Amino acid sequence: MRSVEPWVTGPLERFLAESSARLTLLMTSSGQVVAQHGFARSLDVMTAAALGAAIMASTGEIARLVGESRFHSLVHQGTRQHVFLSPFETPRGRWIGLVVFDGESTVGLVQLFFDRLVVELVEAAPRQAPVQQVLPETFERELNASLRALFGR
Amino acid sequence: MSGPVELLDRLSSVRGIRGSVLVSAADGLIVAESLMTGVDGRAVAALAASLTNRMRRATECAGRREPVFLQLQAPSGTVLAAPCGELVLVAIAGPDVNVGLARLEMLNAAGRLA
Repeated sequence: MRSVEPWVTGPLERFLAESSARLTLLMTSSGQVVAQHGFARSLDVMTAAALGAAIMASTGEIARLVGESRFHSLVHQGTRQHVFLSPFETPRGRWIGLVVFDGESTVGLVQLFFDRLVVELVEAAPRQAPVQQVLPETFERELNASLRALFGR
Repeated sequence: MSGPVELLDRLSSVRGIRGSVLVSAADGLIVAESLMTGVDGRAVAALAASLTNRMRRATECAGRREPVFLQLQAPSGTVLAAPCGELVLVAIAGPDVNVGLARLEMLNAAGRLA
């Protein structure tokens, strides 16, 4: 498990232990990765984050069309593996959780422990967010720093 | 034939049973419930389905057929579960429950649901 934000580590480790999730990705609503577990390649993480954020954006529009403010969660059921996606609010803004699980877990378990993860993240989040302005000249350096934190290389 | 809610209400009327819930075994999601306030049905459903699935695998690995009834005894009460096809019938009971009677009612209800 790798995290850009150290305070995410504890709650995420507890979620992983209890839910038996295979892959987990926490990202901002714009697709910026905050933490990941189970992904071996940075390309897979970036792709999953971009697709997850895009799915949440498109379902948000469907929710708006049918008169819902937003959907709480979204489950893609596969034959052996399933994907759970859910947006949630933190003191650092809206984040999205993407969880891949198999027969070792169930959607009920993932949902139950994901809700607990959200509560723990909100409690653990530092109230004073560091002000970081992303500039074009520093973008690549910050991206590489995030990748090092997420993959340890 | 009685519906799931009627079966749960009948089960919950057994002395000592505080509530019951019908769970989808594959998903761990609630199908129907008859629980007293203060019991987190969603958590009971998810964890009881997980427990039942694991016990099912354990008995299969031991060369036995799948369990028909589970009793989990805790200091302040008991959790009972009866797999029925793709569903699991779960009852939450206090220490004063007559487990024999509760088991009979649960197996009867499970048979109808299956």
